[in-house]
Amino acid sequence: MLIRISPSALKDGKWHEYVIRFALGGAATVATGLIAKALGPAIGGLFLALPAIFCASVTLIEAHEIRRKRRQGLSGERRGREAAALDTAGAVLGSFGMLAFAAVFSTLVQSSVAAAFVAATTAWLVVSVTAWAIRRKLRVAATTRKVAGRRDTSRPQPPLVSWRRR
Amino acid sequence: MTESVIRFLIGGVIVSTFAIIGDVLRPKSFAGLFGAAPSVALATLGVAVVTHDAAYAAVQSHSMMFGAAALCLYSMTVCRLLMRQHMRALSASLLATAVWLVAALGLQAVFSGGA
Repeated sequence: MLIRISPSALKDGKWHEYVIRFALGGAATVATGLIAKALGPAIGGLFLALPAIFCASVTLIEAHEIRRKRRQGLSGERRGREAAALDTAGAVLGSFGMLAFAAVFSTLVQSSVAAAFVAATTAWLVVSVTAWAIRRKLRVAATTRKVAGRRDTSRPQPPLVSWRRR
Repeated sequence: MTESVIRFLIGGVIVSTFAIIGDVLRPKSFAGLFGAAPSVALATLGVAVVTHDAAYAAVQSHSMMFGAAALCLYSMTVCRLLMRQHMRALSASLLATAVWLVAALGLQAVFSGGA
């Protein structure tokens, strides 16, 4: 299976990092409510997709990778940046899921609130995971083509002499 | 005051839950899906339905679509700043917030007839 759960990753985190995330998440939710109250639900709604917690998450990912590499005596800055970029690439795909969440929720909420929450969350998960699977398939196909192309050029050509003798 | 405290607690719990799920999942690109999870939206829309009504939540979630499109641009910008400009994650993600703000308000203005 391509997707796996690695509970050991939680050991990399420090307790204050979880407190920061909790506080940022709570603060973002309060701020969104206050913006909606002051400027109306249309402007407030935009902030439901604000990447408020994203800054903290991506910074922690970078810090964890750097810490891990430093334990091995390496600088780890490049590795940290790459890990953060990979997470961000996932967020690009996740934003399609978020778009689906918003579209489904706004369509269903006036007929059934419970159904809107369930259907919108399902839509988010399905669209995000499908987008990720498609991207992965395309990347694997591109890598396979690249490797095959390299093999073709490195393969020794049959000697012309033996062909002429035939 | 009570509403803000409830919002804070619900938002904190949902955001932390999605963040922990993202932490334990591999590969990293898959875990990144949870970085763009509608965690703040779930908390805010839940409170909006209770304190206002479904129509209010519908308006909010309709606008959220523009925010989500802006989030896509934001994430692409952060990715580019990290890999091409070799910026640190905090600087890149903070700098790109301007892209999110301009894109979200711009899309709202264009498609909803005024920000």
